[in-house]
This record gives sequence, structure tokens and C-alpha cells, in this order.
Amino acid sequence: MQNNCTHTLSVVVANKPGVLARIAHVFARRGFNIDSLVVSSSMEGNVSRMTITALGDPSNLGQIIEQVKKLVDVIHCTDHTGEDVVVKEMALVKVHAGPAARTEVLQVADHFGAESVDMTETSMILMVVGDTDMIEAMLKLLTKFKIVELCRTGKVLMARGELPT
Amino acid sequence: MTKASFDGAQTLVKCLEAQGIEYMFGIPGGATIPIFDALVTTGTKIKFVLTRHEQSATHMADGYARATGRPAAVLVTSGPGATNTVTGIMTAHIDSVPMIVVCGQAVTHMLGKDAFQEADIYGMTMPIVKHSYLIRDTNHIPRIVREAVHIATTGRPGPVLIDVPKDISMAPFQGDLEAPMELPGYHPEAAAPDPATIRAIGDALQRAHKPVILIGHGVIISDACAAIRALAEKIHAPVTSTLLGKGGFPESHVLSLGMLGMHGTAYANKAVVEADLILNFGSRFDDRILGVPARFGRDAVKIHVDIDPGEIGKMVKPEIVCLGDARQVAEALLKAVGRPDTAAWIKEINALKKDFPLHYRRTGGLKMQHIIEELYTLTGGKAVVATDVGQHQMWTAQYWKVDRRNDWLSSGGAGTMGFGLPAAIGAQFGRPKDLVVSFSGDGGFQMTMPDFATACNHKLPIKAIVLNNSYLGMVRQWQELFYADRKSGVDLEGNPDFAKIAEAYGALGLRIKRAADVRKVLTRALEYDRGPCIIDVQVHKEQNVFPMVPAGKALEDMILEPRPRRGRPPVAAQKK
Ligand SMILES: Cc1ncc(C[n+]2csc(CCOP(=O)(O)OP(=O)(O)O)c2C)c(N)n1
Ligand SMILES: [Mg+2]
Repeated sequence: MQNNCTHTLSVVVANKPGVLARIAHVFARRGFNIDSLVVSSSMEGNVSRMTITALGDPSNLGQIIEQVKKLVDVIHCTDHTGEDVVVKEMALVKVHAGPAARTEVLQVADHFGAESVDMTETSMILMVVGDTDMIEAMLKLLTKFKIVELCRTGKVLMARGELPT
Repeated sequence: MTKASFDGAQTLVKCLEAQGIEYMFGIPGGATIPIFDALVTTGTKIKFVLTRHEQSATHMADGYARATGRPAAVLVTSGPGATNTVTGIMTAHIDSVPMIVVCGQAVTHMLGKDAFQEADIYGMTMPIVKHSYLIRDTNHIPRIVREAVHIATTGRPGPVLIDVPKDISMAPFQGDLEAPMELPGYHPEAAAPDPATIRAIGDALQRAHKPVILIGHGVIISDACAAIRALAEKIHAPVTSTLLGKGGFPESHVLSLGMLGMHGTAYANKAVVEADLILNFGSRFDDRILGVPARFGRDAVKIHVDIDPGEIGKMVKPEIVCLGDARQVAEALLKAVGRPDTAAWIKEINALKKDFPLHYRRTGGLKMQHIIEELYTLTGGKAVVATDVGQHQMWTAQYWKVDRRNDWLSSGGAGTMGFGLPAAIGAQFGRPKDLVVSFSGDGGFQMTMPDFATACNHKLPIKAIVLNNSYLGMVRQWQELFYADRKSGVDLEGNPDFAKIAEAYGALGLRIKRAADVRKVLTRALEYDRGPCIIDVQVHKEQNVFPMVPAGKALEDMILEPRPRRGRPPVAAQKK
């Protein structure tokens, strides 16, 4: 019955206390799990941009968007799923890799355009920026070496061309 | 008073007054003492009404707003004072009633440190307010109060909460009393109805043979009543209403079907099932009127007129959507529609009314319907009627024909027991010249009964009628019909003598036990104008409300007839 899929929304909000909690409530109440949430300042002062990736039934999503829009401090809320947008995220991956494994880890990193940002006798941290699929692919290769820690920013998104996000 | 000599509390009171707040209901406490002091020191015109419980204060503000269309304020202290308002806020929110709730709060630097009487009321009420504020700077007060009243009263109305830490109340005010609102995300102005949509609705109406107009609370909020009436008369379509839509169209009008839904009239439900077009003005297609959402108006063209885009498609997928204010849409539509031929349909409707009328017997014990009908006759229906929640509420909705907007106060979406008496009190403050009556059950009445004292203090001539069946009757009915009459937790053994309760407050207490006394005692109550009275009506204990659409069933599965013999549920219910 439930036909869950991932949606990416961008929400522009007045920078007032409590606005994040109100938005989170709307999602939680209707059984949508927020996968990632990025809050950042925008070009205008007093206004913030949130990029929300959430998993849930698409038939409920329209309702959620309307309920989010209704919040007094929400200026607008758009679903970008299926639109022509640039979506990127960044990940930091700490891999257990001593001197013997380093070369191969660096090869993987190189292939995906990742950077090594820390290195010790036993570990390395890679930083990668890109599409979710690409990051997933890199992580898959790295599982061969033990991934000790993973931290992802969550997706940020922008509409292509002249279109506003 | 020079600007520098104001403190936050005085500023707050001045600003609420400037925004047109006339009444404030509540109870003081440590965190609000500065605000209570400001009620004195500012010499404000706002009238403060001390209640016996904060929940009652919210229902009074609610009743005031429903009866007048204007918001009132609630003023309570932090912690338990604030949490006691939660039920009333939720009741107002789900029924779109404007209200300003001002709560005292612990001092700012103690927030989050479990200070004495600290409760995060701002966080707790987030899902049940239209908007809320925790004031962090005394100088923000004028902007916040202006925004709060604007938000509460525009668009789809609702409660707004303002949490005021004590240090904010006590600090000197050095800001701008005229500070403007800053609401970049709030645009309540309804767009003018789209002409193409209006034409589409007009065309659909022209094609329809069996149209039904459904009205909800939106019609009352936007005062679309005259336009709806003109429209119904022009296209000659019957009108049914939700519980909260009562009064949006005169129920004594020949085209009125009364209320539809779970306990609606049989002819309203049958008409909706038969209809080939359902034109909904300002109802949110609540589950109490739908039966089974997927089966509601399956073969009808459904048209949804609503001011809130969030309501469109939430419960029912309409064929035509018209966003806008009910009144503007009805007025536009009035110009766009022709006069479809509905003569055959009206004949069918009239036959339904004749074949399936509301009915009860005046013999075999005193019935709640009898009291309601008799008072309706005695008053000519000219009264503001508040109800509580339960069987008596549904019978009042069925038998009390509401002809005027704002004359019907009932907790619909929340079904909050304890609402009736305080709502009537609030209404009487707002409408001092009008007759105000409350119908409560013996269960719900006791939830806010202490506030009878408030009615006494102010000598409000409300008629508090307790339809006393010694049961939590509505729950007992469900147990009888759907749980093989296994009564569990519904016997209100230990009820007081409600007439004596009135006497204990020095008010008039009356009692009705026999059908023969109904008219005499009600007349006595109506004549009494020196203060409130309680009328304890001891009615038949085990009556059931019909028609009834059982939960989870479609409107066409409505149960009509009372059980044939004691203890035996009706046939439709047994199948469950
Ligand atoms: C605060 C609250 N608690 C419980 C309920 C559930 N409930 C709905 S109707 C009802 C019975 C009401 O009994 P009473 O007030 O005596 O009215 P009656 O149905 O007998 O007319 C109850 C308990 C409710 N609606 N509100
Ligand atoms: Mg009862």
C-alpha cells in the first residue's frame, strides 16, 4: 500500500526561533522520515534556506507541502523531485588503512575525485563531494577497508539555469 | 505616562487593548503578577474575568469568539496555569476559532533549567496553535501583539500563544509602540475567485439534476450566509451543514436538510448519497460527515470551495477546486449561475423528509429531545446555544434549528467535554442582550462545573441545562450497540443534585423529572433574569441517538430505527 520514495524539498523560511521544530513536526506527524536536512543562510538576511530529503508516500507529500506552506514563518516550499536541478552532497569517510592499504585507498579516492584530508599510521579521512550515487559507489569500494566513521552533509540543491530554487 | 515609564507588562496590556481585545479570561500566578498589576496601573478598558480553571478560561474566550466573531484573550500563569489551557487551545485550533493566549513564563535565564513552574508551553503547543511566540525582548512586544491578533483573526482563524517570561514583563520598554509587523511568509488575503473556475462550477450546476449544497464553518467565519441563501434559492438546491456549519443557512428554511453525517438527519444523508453534485463551501470534509471517504459522493461531481489550500484533497478528491473566501465565491457564483431545473429533485427531497423524519416519543420516560424541542418552541429559536459533547449534543444539533450565524457553539473537531458551560459564559459576555443557553450532559457538565461561580459573580442570566441520564451516554450507546451492551466505565453513580449545586452558589436551581413539568419549569427559567440558573433534567437513562452511521461505515449504511426490544441491538449493528 505504501509506496515510499525519496523527495527533495527546498523551504525558504523567515529566520525566526522555532521554525525548524514546526517543520519537523509536520513531517513527523504524517509518518515522513527526514533523511537529511541542511539549514543555511541565504542571500537575504533574516531568511534561511532548508533543503530537506524525506522518505515517504508521495500521495501524502502534497499534504505535507501544503501544511508546511501554511506555517506562518515559511515563505515558500517547493518539491524538486524529478525537476532539473543540481543536487550535491559532501561526505567525510574515515577508513582504517595502514601503510599497506594506502595506495589502493588513494586510487579509489582519485577515481571519485575525493581528497585525502587526514592521514595517520592507521587511518585516513577522505572528503568527497558529488551526487549521492557517486558517493554510494565510492563507499561501496571502501567497505573492503574498514570504514571507521562516516559523516555526510545531506543534500543541497539548486535549480538549473535562470529558474529560482 | 511617558514612554520610558512603561514596563513590558504595561506595554503588553496597552497593545492588546489597541488591537481591540475587550475581554481577558484567566487566573493569575507568580509569573503573571506584573501583567495583572498592569491591568490596574494602565487603567485599561480590557475587562478581566477571573475563572476557576484555565481550561474554562480558554472555552470562555472560544465561546466569546464564536458568538461575536471577535477574538478574546486568555491570561494564565506559567507551568500548570499554561498547561491547563492545552485542551482549550486544541479545541479552538481544530475548529478555526481566533484566540490570544498569553502565558506567564519563568525568567529568561532560567529557561531550560527546570525553574519553579517552568513548562515549555511554547514547544508543547506547537502542533495545536496557528502560531506562537516566546518573547525574548521587551521591545518586541508591540510587533508581536500586532502580529498575533492579525494571524489569529485573518485567513483561516486560529489560536495564537504568547509566552512572556517574567523578566520581559518587568523590564522597561524602550521600543516603538507602532512597530510594524514582519510576516514575510504570511499571506492570508484570499485571492479573488478565479472566473474560469466560477464558470466551471456554474456549468456543472446547470448540468446537475440533484445538487446538494454542503456548508461548513467557513461559511460562518466569512459571513457568506446571505450569498449562500440567495444561491440556494436561485438554483433551488437543498442545503445541508456540518455540525459547525449550523446557522450558515437558516435551518427553518424549506431548503434546509439540517445536519448530515454520523448523527445527521436521515434525509440529509440520503440526499447526499443520491446527489449528482455536492457543492461544499468551507467544510473540510471531516470524517464525521464522510462515513467512508472513498464512498462519499462516489457518483457526484464534488466541488470544494475553501480558503485553506491544505484542505483540498486531504480527505476527498474533488472534481472542481475553488480556492477562496466562501462569501466572495458564493457572490461570484450567484452572478454566474442559471436556474437549473431541480423540481423533481426537490420533490424527492420532500418525500425523504416526510418518510424519514426525526422522531421520538414523548411517552415512556422523559426524553432529551423533548426538552430541546420545548425550549426551542418557547424561545422561538432566538437564543445563542452552546452544547457540551455527547448524546445531548447530537440531539441538540438535530432538534435545535439554528437560523442565524454565530448562534451555535459546539466543539466539533475536538469533541471536548466541558466546553458547553464556559462557552455559554463567554458568549454571554460578548452578547449581553441575547438569551444564552447551554445544553450539557451530566458527565461533561462536571468537567467545568466550578466555573458556574464565574457566571454567578457576573450575574450572567445563562440557562445551564443539564440533560442528566446518569451515564456517559454516548459511550454507553456505543457499548450497547457494538460491544453487546457490556457497560464499562460509563455509570455516573455519585452525581450531585445539580439544582442544589446552583443553590449552593446562591443561584436558581430547577429540576425536571416528568414530561408534564417541562414547559412550566423552562418558562420559570426563562423568566428568571437575576443571574444564571441550572436546570437538572432527569431524563430516560438508556436512550440512543439515531440516525447513526457507525464508525467505519458509509452514509448509506446509516442505522435508522431504535432497537425493537431492550438489550437487542438493531440489525445493522449486529453484523459488525
Ligand atoms: C474530555 C473528554 N473526555 C472523554 C470524552 C469521550 N466522550 C465522548 S461523549 C462522552 C460521554 C458524555 O457523557 P455526558 O456528558 O453525560 O453526555 P451524554 O452523552 O450522556 O449526553 C465521553 C466520555 C470526550 N469527548 N471528551
Ligand atoms: Mg450523560
